This record gives sequence, structure tokens and C-alpha cells, in this order.
Amino acid sequence: MLWICLLFAFLGVILGYAAFRFKVEGDPLVVEIEALLPQTQCGQCGFPGCKPYAEAIAQGNADINQCPPGGEVGVKALADLLGLDAKPLDESFGIEKEKKVAVIVEVDCIGCTLCIQACPVDAILGAAKYMHTVIASECTGCDLCVEPCPVDCIVMTAINPSVLNWQWPEPIQNRH
Amino acid sequence: MNFSWAAAPHIKPRDSVSKIMLKVLVALLPSVLLLAWFFGGGVYINILLATSTALIAEAMVLKLRGRAVLKCLKDLSALVTAVLIAMAIPTVAPWWVVVLGTFFAIVIVKQLYGGLGSNLFNPAMAGYAFLLISFPQEMTAWAMPGSLNAWPFSDIVGLIFSAPLPDAITIDGITMATPLDAVKTQVAMNQHAGVTVLPLGIETLFAQGWGWLSLSYFVGGLWLVQQGIIAWQIPLGILSALALIAAGFYFYDAQTYTSPLFHLLAGATMVGAFFIATDPVTAATAPKGRFVFGFMIGVLTYLIRVWGGYPDAMAFAVLLMNIAVPVIDYYTQPRVFGTRR
Amino acid sequence: MFKRWNLKGGLDLEGHKDLSRQYSIINAAIPDQLIYPLVDRSGNAMTVLVKTGDRVLKGQVIAGSKGVQGTLLHAASSGLVKENEWRMIAHPSGLKSWCLIIATDGLDEPGPVYEPVDYTQLSAADICEKVHQAGIVGLGGASFPTAVKITPNNVRAVDTLIINGAECEPYITCDDRLMQQYPSEILLGIQVLLRALAIESCVIGIEEDMPEAIEAIQQAIECSGFKQIQVKVVPAVYPVGGERQLIYLLTGRETPSQGLPVDVGVVCQNVGTVMAVYQAIVKGQVLIERVVTVTGLGIKKPQNRWVRIGTPIKDLVSQCGGYNGPIERLIMGGLMMGFSLPDDGVGITKATNCILVATSKEVTKSSEAEIQPCIRCGECASACPVNLLPQQIYWHSQGGAHQKCQSFGLFDCIECGCCDVVCPSHIPLVQYFRASKSKLFLKRREDEAATLAKQRFENRDTRKVQEKVEREQRIRLKKLALVKLQKGRPSAPAKMQDKS
Repeated sequence: MLWICLLFAFLGVILGYAAFRFKVEGDPLVVEIEALLPQTQCGQCGFPGCKPYAEAIAQGNADINQCPPGGEVGVKALADLLGLDAKPLDESFGIEKEKKVAVIVEVDCIGCTLCIQACPVDAILGAAKYMHTVIASECTGCDLCVEPCPVDCIVMTAINPSVLNWQWPEPIQNRH
Repeated sequence: MNFSWAAAPHIKPRDSVSKIMLKVLVALLPSVLLLAWFFGGGVYINILLATSTALIAEAMVLKLRGRAVLKCLKDLSALVTAVLIAMAIPTVAPWWVVVLGTFFAIVIVKQLYGGLGSNLFNPAMAGYAFLLISFPQEMTAWAMPGSLNAWPFSDIVGLIFSAPLPDAITIDGITMATPLDAVKTQVAMNQHAGVTVLPLGIETLFAQGWGWLSLSYFVGGLWLVQQGIIAWQIPLGILSALALIAAGFYFYDAQTYTSPLFHLLAGATMVGAFFIATDPVTAATAPKGRFVFGFMIGVLTYLIRVWGGYPDAMAFAVLLMNIAVPVIDYYTQPRVFGTRR
Repeated sequence: MFKRWNLKGGLDLEGHKDLSRQYSIINAAIPDQLIYPLVDRSGNAMTVLVKTGDRVLKGQVIAGSKGVQGTLLHAASSGLVKENEWRMIAHPSGLKSWCLIIATDGLDEPGPVYEPVDYTQLSAADICEKVHQAGIVGLGGASFPTAVKITPNNVRAVDTLIINGAECEPYITCDDRLMQQYPSEILLGIQVLLRALAIESCVIGIEEDMPEAIEAIQQAIECSGFKQIQVKVVPAVYPVGGERQLIYLLTGRETPSQGLPVDVGVVCQNVGTVMAVYQAIVKGQVLIERVVTVTGLGIKKPQNRWVRIGTPIKDLVSQCGGYNGPIERLIMGGLMMGFSLPDDGVGITKATNCILVATSKEVTKSSEAEIQPCIRCGECASACPVNLLPQQIYWHSQGGAHQKCQSFGLFDCIECGCCDVVCPSHIPLVQYFRASKSKLFLKRREDEAATLAKQRFENRDTRKVQEKVEREQRIRLKKLALVKLQKGRPSAPAKMQDKS
């Protein structure tokens, strides 16, 4: 009896030490979820950015299929992480589209700064009454600047294949 | 001027799967002839039955799976499986044994796992094991060497297709235990009845044809190694393991255990080492892994032969090690150039 | 002196070198047009330094790329700069890019002439600068800027210079011819490089099937007295000319997986690059031409030529007698690692060592290629010179598990193509590996972009919060000031009303 008590006490000490020694800082789940999100910051999921959406998923306030830029692949990754079943994208939040880049038709721009305020990643350069331009390499293709433009001078353009972004094609698999 | 696009390398490939399979078949040829010489022409009928079953079964499944039938049949892998099964089955076994075994091997073991390249188990050996477990009597009835030589071919055909036997002949009358069966019985007798019978010698093996057959497999296998078709590490592993362990026990107690040479030349050792375990699809893939794979097959073969329930064990040893292949592969990755030793 | 092949894998390939090797190098004619793609080796844009309509002289700098690995591009002949054109460039993708076009005037008028200097009076930094000014890049195929490779800061621990004369790709003979015809020039080039590196020891690795080149170089060493330069004959096993493979064979040093030859104290240069260094330092000529092997059964007169960089392939082909019968494939580079070009209007680049015009006798028609399932025979693993298990990488690659490929050493693959050649199932393994590599590169780029976006989003958030706090602070201060005002003057309420 005494031995059993001692054993349990010993195990308790080990557990207590482990809890102390391997204490996890912050909420690791949110960080892990956020790492799987595309960081487009487009808000299509209904939350103001990828981090709030990650927090909502972690708390169970949002489903994993609300991120159109992440697409089916993203849903699958989230499902794997959280041990859930993958499901199709909820189309009420939008459909998966090819990534594009915003381009300001500079002759039409009136310099109203509305798009600058809308851009979630500060990828638009310009000042009041001066022509604006998009820093293409920073643009996440979130579409958020298109709506506020009063003169409709922002177009979302497809990214052209070039030697910089070219991918070796996979061989054509003839089924055997 | 415009030209076609293609990815490097542009050079023509050297070999093809069908060429490899064809060479395996060629390497088996002397053994087929020897089988027929010692155990009767039934082996030809077996091969005929097995190959036609294999081709039909494979074509059927490929059709069902919506694959290019002719293109897949052309790789000849079904033929190799069929011939190996046919050669493993006694020459006097009824026709349905061969057909059933081949069908099982091709449909269940090979195609249901995804066809050539995707099967987990060696089809020929899985087919053989299936038969051995289901029909032990038919599968162990090997003809007495030379006993069928005087028979006309039509009688052999009749035997296989279950025609009534000629007068005064029973199936027991023309068959006998293989040397490994005999050893098994001896060991059992030594252990339980207290009767000491000296183990069988090499002479018996050669007298009954098995030794010559093993030698023919050995020669065919060496040719395949020389041709670069099979990996030498696997047969080396199997043979060295078997020889080492057998030698250990033989020198410990030569009264009870048979000699290492006996183990190397008896039963399916040679065909297993050179033609079965070397099936690349189901063997380990790295050179070191292949040796480990072979060595473990050798160990298992000896264990089952001496202490297991079956007189021969090659099939079971190979199948067991097939399961272990992913583990072996994982632990035997070679060191990549430029990475730490 | 003879080094045996002590690496794993590799292949004995049929050389086909006799098609072109017995003929001396001829000077190619000046083409009507010179075409220069305005992208550098990593695909970044080059800045044009001339204007449309300018007349440029031979050897004049016309474009350059920035950054530590930046290089310069010189006009290969005199002529007029035309409007930039959007056209196909020498790249495996067959994609188009902006190209600088010079319409030559046939005068070949030289621009500023650099005075030939005595290299023994130059410092290492001077040599580097001159090599950079001459626009020299690795002529073996990788186009890495030579100046960067020999910059003093990068080569502190280097003790050996290795000259790659092992031309292991079938068909190519340009380095062979160079060594046969210009051995003493190459030795001088080596002397310059040794001076830049401040070391003494140099080994030239030459393949055993180039006896004339070996002979020529050895004789030149005898005559010149540069005894510290050693010739080592290497076996004709493909890919002995791979940088890491050659270094290992000659020095026994293994370049680390993610590292560079300098990490094991070696700088490796191609024979052609050494020749270019000689021309730049000793002769004062910038890099505007190189030796190109034009060969294959599809060309009437296979040969080696001094070709001006920018010459369109079709001009070069017609100078070599034109096409011979139906052509299956036009390959820039070798049979094993070169890339096919869908169009012969592409210009020769500094990296072009060979134009292989192949017929269906030499290459597989893409329509014939029949892929069969992998039977895990392991032939690929025994042929792999870096000891990979290509069958395993392939398995994960075709299943889309590109990350997994990496743990099997995908990025150690040198894409030599040995595995493809021996695969009985005719699986285009290397293409799978390249596809996986580019998928992983893309993933890496996307991850970087996501991190950046996240960072910018968070910065914006903090800024907004700060702005809000500041605004509130301002309002509070204003209110406070107003209250003070009210307290100070009893009649304030009336004033407030006035104000409102």
C-alpha cells in the first residue's frame, strides 16, 4: 500500500515537473492554424484578416472551409492539423480563383487615397492628389482595393508566365 | 523552323521491362528442362495452364480497370509469375491447382494491389503459399524421380486432368516425399521417438534430381546477376545466412541437423534466392537493404524448415520479409554524396 | 597521373565526339542581327545601357544586371540598336522575354581598346575588376559570374584551382578543341587565376578519350615551365565533368550537400572560362565570342566555331552547311543535360557550348515514349553519381509529396540524367525531379510572400492602433485645455455658446 502511494507520488512529481518543464507559451494552436492560412488578409472569411480567422477557428467560432484563397488544399491542411474531415469550400464565402495582382491604370487615377486605406498590407504607394501605384511584389491579390476606387481604375490582372515564375511541367502520365 | 519540345535527357533509354522479364524466362529454361527430365512432362502442361490463366486473368482485370491491355501484357511480368508458379507445383498435381494458384496470384495479389510495380507481396509466392495452405496433399505429391519417364505423354496429361489412372498404379505409388519432407520426419522421429536416424546426405539430393535442379537455378541466377538483371545482394544474403546458421547447427550436432550444403541445395533455396526474392517490386531497394532483406529470408527459412510446421519455407520467408521491406528501406538509405558520413 | 573512377554510379556513354572533333575551330561570320535576352541567369531583368537608334561599337557595354552576382553584356560587333523585341530566349521553358537587338553594319568597328597589361603587376582585386568588366561568366553552362568566384573575400580558404577539361557530355568537343589549339593561352589564363587566388597549385582534369588535348597541354607545360600546373587524366565516365564529381575525383574532397566548392578549399573553372580570362587580362578583349560545337546527324558539316554571343542559331546552322534531313530536335547544350528549343531564331548565349541538331536516330521521339510502372529494379540507384535513390524520390514526386522528396535528397540531384537512361520503364525521372524542385521553390516563394504579407498586415494594425491612441490623446488634451480655459474664465460658458 505504502509502495503504491510512493509510486503515485513519484509519478505525480514527474508529471508536475513535465508540466513545468514543457510549458507551452501562448496559444500554439492559433499560431499553427495561422501558418496554414495564405495571409492574403482579404477578409472573405468574414473576419478582418487571417489571424482573427485563425483565432475564430481555434475557439470553434468558424469553420475550416471559409478561406477561398487557401482553396481546397488549404482546407485539407487545416483538416489534417485539427484532425477533422476535409470538406468542400463553403461557396458563400467565395470561390477559389487564380491569384492575381492589382494594377492601377495610372492615367485614370485621381489620387483619392481610398485604395491606400483599403489595402490590408500597405502595398499601394501614393499621396492625396498624386497618382498611386501598386507594389506588385507586395500585393496579395485580395481584391479589397477594387471596390473603394471611385473611378474604377484598379484592375486585377493575371500573373503572366515568365522565365522567373516558370515551373517545370510534370511528365504526362499515360495510364498503364 | 520549329521543333518539338522535350525534357532532358534526350538520349534513348537502354533497357525495357519486357527485355528484363524475357531474360528471366530464358534463365529459367534449363531448370524447366531438368524438371521435365526428373519429374515428367507434366511441367510443360503446368506452364501452359499457368501462362494462359495468367494472361487471360490479367487481360480481364486490366480491362475492368480501364487500362491499356495489350501494352501491359507486353511487359511479360505475368508470364514470369505464371512460369514460377507452374515450376513450384508438383508435375502431377491436378490442373485446377495450377489454374487456381495462378488466378489468385495475378488477380488478388498483383492486380488488386494496383498491378505491376504496386504489389506488396510476391505474386508467385503468395499464389504458392495459398495453394500449399489450401491443398497440402496435392501440393506435396512430387513424382518419384524418373518414375514417369516411361509414361507416354498422353497418360501424363490424363493424370493432370484427373482421368482414371492406368491399372495397378495409384498416385501414392508414383510419388514420394521430397528430401526436405524426409528430413522433417526424421527430426520429428529423433525428437519424439528416441530413434536416431542419420540425416540425409547430399548424395540423396543428387540421386533424386533436386540437387541438379538447384544447380540449374544457381547457374541461371548467376547469368542474371552477370546481366545486371537481379541484385546480387539478395541471393548472397539468403545463401550466406542459410549456410552460416546451418553450419553452426551442423557442427554443434551433426547427428540431428543436416549439413549446410544440404540446405543450400535442397528444396526451393536456389530458385528462391535467385528468382523469387529478387523480384524487385517486392524486395528492399537500397543495396544494403537488399542484403539485409536476403539475410533475413535466409534466417527465416532455416527457422521454419527446422522448427516450423512446413518442410520448406522459402515462400513464407519471402512473404514475411515482403512485409518488412518499408522498414528496411527506411533504415538503409545510402549516404548521399556531400552529406555527413 | 591517371585517376580511376572511384565514385558510385555514372555511365559509359557513346561519345559521338568524332563528328566534330577533328576539325579546327573556324571563325564564324558576323550575323545580320545580334540578339541578347535581357534576363540574367536567375531570370532577373538586365538594365539596358544604350538607347534605340544608338550606334554601338564592338566590345561596348550594352546592358548589365545589378547585385553581387551582376554581370555586363557587350556588343559583339558594331551596329545600330533596334527596338527591343519580345521573343523566345535560350531557356528550357521556351518562353519569351524582352531582347536587345543590334542590327550589325558589317564594319566590326572596335570600341574602346583596353591596353594589354602585364598580369604579374596586377593585384587580385584588379584582376577581379577586369574580369568583371570583361563580362566573364562560367562558360561551362552555369553562367556564374567568374569575378564573384575569385573575389578575394570569397576564397580565403582556397588552396587548389581545378580546371575542368573533362567534357563528359556526348557530342560536345569545344573544350577539347580549345585545349588542342590554345594550350599556352590556357596556361597563361591559369596563371592569372592563380595570381588572383594567391595560390600555387592547379590541377587540370582531362578525360582519357582526349589524347590530343592531354598531349598539347602537357607539352605546353613543359615549354612554359609552369610546373605547378598538373594534368590528371580522368576516366571517360559520365558525369565526370560535373563540378562536384570532378573535384572529388581529383582531390578526394566531397563538396558538402548544401555548400560550394570553396567550402572544401577548391575553385573550379571551365577551360573556356580560363581562355576568356586570358583574353580579357592578357589581350584586353572583352567576352563577345566563344567556341560552340555545332554537331549532330542533323547538321551537314559538324564543327566547332568561334561564335559571337547573340548570333541566332539559324545563322550558325546555315554557316555549318544547313540542316541535314528531317530534324527531330534542336538542343542547346548536350544530349544529357541540354534543353530543347522549339525555335531556331534564338541567340547564342555565353552558356551555349553546343548546338546539337538531332535526328530521330539519336533521340527518342516524344510520341514513342511509353512510360511503364516503376518496378523498383534499382538500376537508377546504381547509376546515380550522388548516391540517391531515384526510385523513392520518383515515388513521392508522382504522388505529389514534394516535401517528402526533399528528405530523400532531391536537392542533391545534379539532374545528370543517368537514371533516365537506365530506367527499363522509361520513366522521365529527372523531369519529375525538376518539377518537384520548382514546386518546392514556388512553395518557398509563396511562404516568404505570406510571411511578408503577415508582417505588413500586423505593422498596419499596430500603426492603426497607435493612430487611434494618438487621436484620442489629442482630443483629450484639447478637452483638457478647454476645461482649463473654462475654469480660468467664469464667463466661459457664454463664450462656448458663441463658439458653437
